[in-house]
Parts: sequence; C-alpha cells; structure tokens
Amino acid sequence: MKGSLQRLAERADAEGLLDVAYANVDSPFGALLIAATPRGLVKVSLPAYDPEEALEELATRVSPRVLEAPARLDDARRELDLYFEGRLTEFDLPLDWQLTDGFQKKVQRAINRIPYGKTRTYTEMARSAGNERAVRAAGTACGTNPIPIVVPCHRVLRTGGALGGYGGGLPMKKALLELEGSGR
Amino acid sequence: MTALPPFQSLLDDHATEVMGVLRGAVGRADAEDCFQETFLAALRAYPKLDDSGNLRGWLLTIAQRKAIDHHRANGKRPIPVEEVAEVAIEDPGPADDGVWELVGALPPKQRAAVALRYACDLPHAEIAAALGCSPEAARRSLHEGMKRLREELA
Repeated sequence: MKGSLQRLAERADAEGLLDVAYANVDSPFGALLIAATPRGLVKVSLPAYDPEEALEELATRVSPRVLEAPARLDDARRELDLYFEGRLTEFDLPLDWQLTDGFQKKVQRAINRIPYGKTRTYTEMARSAGNERAVRAAGTACGTNPIPIVVPCHRVLRTGGALGGYGGGLPMKKALLELEGSGR
Repeated sequence: MTALPPFQSLLDDHATEVMGVLRGAVGRADAEDCFQETFLAALRAYPKLDDSGNLRGWLLTIAQRKAIDHHRANGKRPIPVEEVAEVAIEDPGPADDGVWELVGALPPKQRAAVALRYACDLPHAEIAAALGCSPEAARRSLHEGMKRLREELA
C-alpha cells in the first residue's frame, strides 16, 4: 500500500493536482510539520502545535488537495537538518506568503531579513514595517508567523533584551538563539 | 456545508478498503491501475465536492466506475451503462474478514460478477453489460462464485 500511495503522490504532482505537499520532519525540539505549495514553503508547524490542526488550516485556507509527499520537501528538509546542526546560516528556499497579509505580512517579511546570529526588537520590527507605534501588532505578527524557524521570528526580542514570546515555547526560542550564538 | 478535510485523511481512512474492493472487482494485477485512476479522479474533483458527509461512499462510487471502465475496456463490445454511476453504494461493511481476498482468488468472470454485485451493487443486467455477456451467463457466474465462496468459508 505504501508504494501505491507514493506513486499516487508522484502522479498527482505530475498532473498539477498536488496543491499542498507536506512532510513530518524530526528536529531537536520534536516533530515539525512542513508544507509547500508549488510556489514554495507555506507552513512550518512547531512541535507545540497539533499537526492535524495545521493540516486542516491548510485544507481550508489553501486547498483541500493536501497530500503527504515528502519528496516535494526534500530541499526544505535538508536545509532544516543542516540548520539544526549549526551548519547552515541562511535558508535558500522559495516561500509562499499566502497564509499572511497586510501589516503582519510586512512585519514578517522584515523579520525574514534579520541576519543569522542577530536580534531585533519588536519596536524595530514595527518601524521596519512602516509604523513604529504598532509594537503590539508587530508582536502579533511574530506570533502568527506561518513559517517560523525559516522566517526567524525567534530573533525578535523585547526592548532591553527580555525574550518576549514564542509560539513554540520560550525554551525553544532560547535554544534557537543559543544555536545561532546570540543566546542570553 | 462542513469544510473538506485534507485529502490525505481520505487516503488514511479508506485507501485499504478501496484497494480491497478493486482487487475483488478487477483482480490483483489490475487493481493498482484502477486504484491510481480512482484517487486521481477523486483528487481532481475534490475541491468542488459539495458534500463532505459521505466521503467513503463517494470514493467507492468512483472506484465502482473505474472497475466498470476497466471491464468495458477489456470487453468485446461497447456497453451502455451510463446511468449506473449515480447509483448509491450499499454499505458492504468495513469488516469483511478477508472475504475480498477470497473473492480476488476466484476465476475472473466469477470474481468480477461477485464484486460488481456486492461491492458495486449492480443488478444482473448491468453486470452482464459490464462483463459483455448475457444476463443468464452473468447470473451463472455470480451463482458459481458465491457457491465457491460459501464452500471456502464453511
């Protein structure tokens, strides 16, 4: 049956029917669910979240044609593995931003430009997105980032250096910053 | 209307049963092709599906059509059975205790007759049409197949 399902995913992909491909990926923090559309990586669901809910969100908001197809996510899986080993400092993956929009998307795109090993504050992110006073909204944008780790919202801290929040839990945020050599 | 679940959940829940029914209907060797055709057709139509209430029945109906297409393609003449596609499938029950394995082992005509009758719920005339034989011959194949199954299950 496994071979049949793999063939089905390949044929669906070849016929343009694989709108959302997903895979489960091991990480030092637990299993991640990652998903891609033909345009690029659309979702990274952290271990703290229910993967079933992530799949339902993808089915509702992107397309119900959601299939487990790890082959389509080979590049993303390889880059994530290298990142967790400390051997990759910049992801080179096409991203699909369709699960976000408006001011949040502006903030998230600004977050995507924070270099490895650096941190920024929520206020700086609000400013980068064009509204310095929207600090709370910048925080929300971090919390609703659909592609965490790859879009490094863990690099955004409170003014003064406190960790702030993280959807995957503060221990994970701290560990990611330590991995990148900017731990505190 | 309830939201459509991720297509993967249809595979997780029903792929094994669909494969079992197809093995019964067309035999082990051709079941794989029909399986692929069934789920590709389902995937094509899925986003426009109005009702997510009976996804299992929907998949089995598509599998039924693919099994009929298969028999038609292998048959000696074109067969007018257009209307059967809309027939609702009677629930054969998910627990078949390996019966479909035995069905799959029957001689081809008997196997197809039993599967079309009990998995696809077709009447004798339509089984005959699908198999390209007379209703009498279809009835006989079905009878022989059922007799053999009863013997093996006894």
